[in-house]
Amino acid sequence: MLALDNLSKHFGGVRAVDAVDLTFREGEIFGLIGPNGSGKSTTVNLITGLYTPTTGTVMLDGHDLTQMAQHERTAMGVARTFQNIRLFGNLSVAQNLWVAQNGRTQRREHFMSRWFKAGGEHGPEIEDLLRFSRLHTKRDLPASALSFGEMRRLEMARALASNPRIVLLDEPAAGASLEDGQLLAERIRDIRERGVTVLLIEHMMELVMGISDRIAVLNFGRKIAEGTPAEVQANRDVRAAYLGSKHEDEELIHA
Amino acid sequence: MDFYFGLLQIFGVHTLLGLSAYVVLLTGQVTMAQAGFYAIGAYSAGAATAMFGLHILPAVILAGLVTAGIACIVGFPALRVKGLMLVVATLAFGEMVRLFFFNLTWQVERGGEMVGPNGAEGFRAIRYFPENGWEVWHVTVFIWIVVAVIMAALWWMDHSRAGAVLRAVGHDETAAQSVGLNLTAVKVGAMTLGGFIAGVGGGIYAHTVTHIEHGVFGVLLATFAIAYPILGGLGSVFGTVIAVLFIQGFLIEGLRFVGDWRSLLFGALIVVAMNLRPHGLLGEHAPNLRRIFGREKTEREALNTKEAK
Repeated sequence: MLALDNLSKHFGGVRAVDAVDLTFREGEIFGLIGPNGSGKSTTVNLITGLYTPTTGTVMLDGHDLTQMAQHERTAMGVARTFQNIRLFGNLSVAQNLWVAQNGRTQRREHFMSRWFKAGGEHGPEIEDLLRFSRLHTKRDLPASALSFGEMRRLEMARALASNPRIVLLDEPAAGASLEDGQLLAERIRDIRERGVTVLLIEHMMELVMGISDRIAVLNFGRKIAEGTPAEVQANRDVRAAYLGSKHEDEELIHA
Repeated sequence: MDFYFGLLQIFGVHTLLGLSAYVVLLTGQVTMAQAGFYAIGAYSAGAATAMFGLHILPAVILAGLVTAGIACIVGFPALRVKGLMLVVATLAFGEMVRLFFFNLTWQVERGGEMVGPNGAEGFRAIRYFPENGWEVWHVTVFIWIVVAVIMAALWWMDHSRAGAVLRAVGHDETAAQSVGLNLTAVKVGAMTLGGFIAGVGGGIYAHTVTHIEHGVFGVLLATFAIAYPILGGLGSVFGTVIAVLFIQGFLIEGLRFVGDWRSLLFGALIVVAMNLRPHGLLGEHAPNLRRIFGREKTEREALNTKEAK
């Protein structure tokens, strides 16, 4: 459904993302991994439109998103979370979800009722998302008063509030313990059960290997491997990128 | 008695001026253009009644709409810049408007005399109220009805999704875009609404003083406009009203007895007020003496650093 074709982003001389081709299939959980600075977050920012690519295209079901502004892409069904949580701390938990109700289905609502109807933060979709994120008891607290884990859950629910087709989770396990990681895995599966495709960018290997249908590995902005978790784990280049390169060592010895 | 009614009129028009900046400030934009919008409203409403004989109510609404239109046009380029650059850009716009009216001479004959803006002399004889037998208290009641209507509308907006969206944009533009908000539309919308309110306020102001001139609409007025919502706090529209009462009522009128020391006290008291209530007079935090003299982080700052990590 979502396809990246020859996608590159150069910052000056640095090729943060270099000619990456990826295709995500409807309803899958796709893991995107790679060492620090390998271009994972840049890829997310290229898909959501925070950056404009140097070359290449982003296509969603045949629609070219490459020239679209961020909010237009969200309306097309691309939603995301941030590595360093970005909630609206001055709004309540429910309002954070309310503001994000801006997706494909809600756009058909009448302009006045969409923008100026009071009490819309009690709508059924929001109640559903509050239960999903287990925050219904804290619905009226300011988002800045939540704990770290609650903030992550709220941000994930906020990404779902726009009725996305694909949601990009940028390191959702950062700062979480291993146990949280297992709860997180369940929640990511829940997202998929809602019919939303998941692109998971993550460091925590147990999590990615455990729940992803397919995985791609980036290193220095290039895709070095793609396949099922088992295939990727067996890949020599991937082992090299993560564990230090045997080849490089040999080259060093020979040099 | 008329003195107090006159004072209430000043509170009323300044509340409108402050509310116009409040709307824009909700989106995180510090604008110094409100005095310019106020001037446009004042001159157009004055022209509508004094030169073309309109009733006050359509004249004021017309002034609001004209100003809203200009604010919308100005909003597109101005809101592409942020922070200090926006302050400079809007300040330049305000001065441009002021100098435009400084140079504007456009008079028509009405009842045997020439009326209309007359350059540096200003726009005299905007005498709709005295000509139609409105007494001072009539005017005061009229002003506060308008203020109440606009406050009610903004209060309603604050509790609808639109208000939440404005605040969301003010808090984090990147996150706001990522949830599908069109930043340009939201900011220009706020600017347009702010322009409408400033235009209405300016239009009424012109009729309460009957004589307007360019000098009134300078940087000082723009500073007042933005100071009201900042001092009052962005929690609700009432913060702005309280700040108008505090500045216009207490600091400007109430401190007249201290004579020349007033200006000094004025500045000092605003500094004290902002330190005691860093999120505005009606902000959510209680006064905390340690916050004035100590270097303790406020709860919000502490949370922000936690978030950043």
